[in-house]
Amino acid sequence: MNVVLKEPQQAFSLANRMLIRIVIVGHVDHGKSTLIGRLLHETGSLPEGKLEALKAASERRGVGFEWAFLLDALQTERDQGITIDTSQIRFRTETHDFVLIDAPGHTEFLRNMITGAAQADAAILIVDAGEGVREQTRRHGYLLHLLGLRQVAVVINKMDRVDYDAGRYHSLRAEIQSYLEGVGLKPRAVIPISARHGDGIATHSDGAAWYDGPTVLAALDSFSPTPALRDLALRLPVQAVYKFDDRRIIAGRIESGRIAVGDDIVVMPSGKQARVNSIEAWPSGIETPGRQSAVAGQSVGITLDRELFVDRGNLISLESSPSATCRALRARIFWLHQAPLERGSRVLVRIGTGESNAVIRVIDCTVDPGQIAPLTSGVIAQNHVGEIEISLARPLAADPYAANPATGRVVLEYGGRTAGGGLVLAVDQSAEPLASLRREAFRSSVAPSALGGRQSFEELATRLATQASEQTAAERLQLLRREIVGRIVLTTSFGLEDQVITHLLWQHGIDVDLVTLDTGRLFEETYEVWVETERRYGIRVRALYPRRGDIEDLVVRDGINGFYGSQAARLACCQIRKVEPLERALADAQAWITGLRSEQSAHRRDMTLVSADPSRHLIKFNPLFDWQRTQVLEFVADHNVPVNSLHAKGFASIGCAPCTRAISPGEPERAGRWWWEEEGKKECGLHSQARSA
Amino acid sequence: MDRLDELESESIFIFREAYARLRNIALLWSLGKDSNVMIWLARKAFFGRVPFPVMHVDTGKKFPEMYKFRERYAKEWQLRLLVEPCPPIEAVDRSLPPAARSAARKTEGLKLALAKHGFDGLIAGIRRDEEATRAKERVFSPRGAEGAWDVNDQPPEFWNHFNASPPRGAHLRVHPILHWTELDIWNYTRREQIPIIPLYLGRDGKRYRSLGDADITFPIPSNASSIDEIIRELDATKIPERSGRAMDHEAEDAFERLRATGYL
Repeated sequence: MNVVLKEPQQAFSLANRMLIRIVIVGHVDHGKSTLIGRLLHETGSLPEGKLEALKAASERRGVGFEWAFLLDALQTERDQGITIDTSQIRFRTETHDFVLIDAPGHTEFLRNMITGAAQADAAILIVDAGEGVREQTRRHGYLLHLLGLRQVAVVINKMDRVDYDAGRYHSLRAEIQSYLEGVGLKPRAVIPISARHGDGIATHSDGAAWYDGPTVLAALDSFSPTPALRDLALRLPVQAVYKFDDRRIIAGRIESGRIAVGDDIVVMPSGKQARVNSIEAWPSGIETPGRQSAVAGQSVGITLDRELFVDRGNLISLESSPSATCRALRARIFWLHQAPLERGSRVLVRIGTGESNAVIRVIDCTVDPGQIAPLTSGVIAQNHVGEIEISLARPLAADPYAANPATGRVVLEYGGRTAGGGLVLAVDQSAEPLASLRREAFRSSVAPSALGGRQSFEELATRLATQASEQTAAERLQLLRREIVGRIVLTTSFGLEDQVITHLLWQHGIDVDLVTLDTGRLFEETYEVWVETERRYGIRVRALYPRRGDIEDLVVRDGINGFYGSQAARLACCQIRKVEPLERALADAQAWITGLRSEQSAHRRDMTLVSADPSRHLIKFNPLFDWQRTQVLEFVADHNVPVNSLHAKGFASIGCAPCTRAISPGEPERAGRWWWEEEGKKECGLHSQARSA
Repeated sequence: MDRLDELESESIFIFREAYARLRNIALLWSLGKDSNVMIWLARKAFFGRVPFPVMHVDTGKKFPEMYKFRERYAKEWQLRLLVEPCPPIEAVDRSLPPAARSAARKTEGLKLALAKHGFDGLIAGIRRDEEATRAKERVFSPRGAEGAWDVNDQPPEFWNHFNASPPRGAHLRVHPILHWTELDIWNYTRREQIPIIPLYLGRDGKRYRSLGDADITFPIPSNASSIDEIIRELDATKIPERSGRAMDHEAEDAFERLRATGYL
């Protein structure tokens, strides 16, 4: 006699109450578990008999009653009085259901803190009023941001031990607020409490009558669950393809956006296209007809209108807004493994359901988030944070975190164990993402002071300028490589100066990325010297292209050769074909090398050897700045450097074919560029400062 | 999506990860309400079928209603049922208190079954809200070669990326309903009309809240004779779910010791 309910009834309202996951973090012994015990007690959520059992256990051990025993239920923890692993417990207020996640405060258990905090919608950072901001306070605050949490409240605990001193509270509040804001977090409230005595938890404390902000429970009620990413582009990572019957079902959970029957989709990284034929579900029948659409958060199975090779690790997007495919990426990560992460380390990278073996190419901006003093280490030690560039053995579909939090997170596995993770700052071989989006979102969210007190670009520029002024061009390039930890980019148009620098980089084995902007209107001869350069130096120059939509719109508006019509039209063309792609080329670069010489034009006379480009957050470096044209010509001749054959035909400075002509002897070097315009305005915008983005 | 939809979706995701990333897995079917919900979720995840065996580690001391339930639904749900026996009580650690020792037979039975079938993953229906040590579990939880759980050295687990590479000879416990509560289980059971063993319903003022071996599981006082009434009762209660399971309460650390050596 088994029971099957015949009539489904209205689910209790309970099932639809808002559920919020809160992680409680902070330095060891600052009172996390005590706060949780108190919260449960104050909300009447303790199981019957639990308090009595814990009091008895405390007495047996001959210690006073500790609220912390409630959560630290494991034997080892009770003996040592610290939380080893993350633990979860539930309670309710009148309006919300809460899951409280207790995270250990000891450094060696940071992996457990991260495990706990990564599941949370919001966080409470607890600070001991007596001890103040400590190592784990800072570390946890920093990691909350890196884990993507944005809802944070701070509690200043043990106020009873400092006699509810308002001065102490205000100075601690200023300190913690300034630190958190430095890492990109804005706390909702900073609440003075005594967890042990229940002050400031459910009701305001008499001792801190000077405080008029929310209680802890009021702050908790102000938090909200992390919303599903329904309004972003569709991202459906493929978990598996099932062929249990005649259907071929692609299964996965929608991480963002929505999908509907009839949608045109694209499978990344292959780029193959198909149309959604059905959304499958079980049980299905007359009463429960097949779904027509599904949204972020739902686990689904879909079938397609044609047989495509789709496999676990692929990412399904709408054709109109595909994800990027990357072979390399830059990420800010935390590292948990005992062995430090080094340049050349081999790891397994996971994004969504995709995975690839990978090599760490670059490590920079390393920080011990627990310390205030900067780090200059080229490795990321256990429990530290840093930025890395990774080369992937096979392409993965991904997005920068700023574009999509779900597909913009990377997990690193080392020796078969999850060892680190972080946010994707930029992807290489990307189809779309905007340079400005990537960089601004991340550079501004973590202030330099929080990155271990890195010196400002202005200071670095001044120092480099002093050191490099008397050096040869090769020495200058070597100096730059030594001083800049991150990515350095040379933008080349295969002009004479660019070729000299390319040769020097090759000759001295200096690690710099070569990028060219293919406007689509270059001379055939330029493509020839491009090929020749790659062959001679055994490199691949990465080309960036204008965005398709922008070009199409421009040509509709101004015509195919509209740039002859007005300077505004010419600048618009330069903007789309050169300046915007340049922004992408420089997205995550720390330094930018150009072949500019001051002699080239009146406009360039004011330029310097080294400058800080504040809008792009990088050092601009012009190693041939003080060279004469004759020096350049001698160098290429002496070293047999490949050059553009147009130079021999009277072309001095070579840009796009429609906008460059040969010059007569005696004319200024750049006279052949946009020859119909006035001297002094002949810049495309690449080398102009202070543009609005 | 309401809360039950979210729970369902997350569990389905976990099932699919386990099936994709492990080689040889089985679902542990204790016949209780939680493992019945698990089977239901597995059928949703895999569009009506459970593509791996369902294993009942049988102490031989279950309630007759439980055996009846097993026979009926193994057939109806087209499960690949494995029934594995447990060794006699004499084979179990003598230092454990009596009820815990009795329960530990299941751990021994599980070890034998693991060795016999070579599973690298076992899907288990434990929940965080049941008990404090379970609250510390990972979704993919590595076990040593002896089935032991090293709670002091659990790998990090975040953003739905699970550690799925157990060392040679070890296995993973996969916990698809770790984040559910007892109330969630009942709400879902009602919504989806999942069959249950009638022992959960009140008769003569008593019902079972949790089902284990007949000799070490006791009913609680209750008049809840339908799932609706159970839900109303649970909504108000402060008494822990496993209060009727004797082995949890014999000594302060009894259950923890059971778990560290491989109990669920």
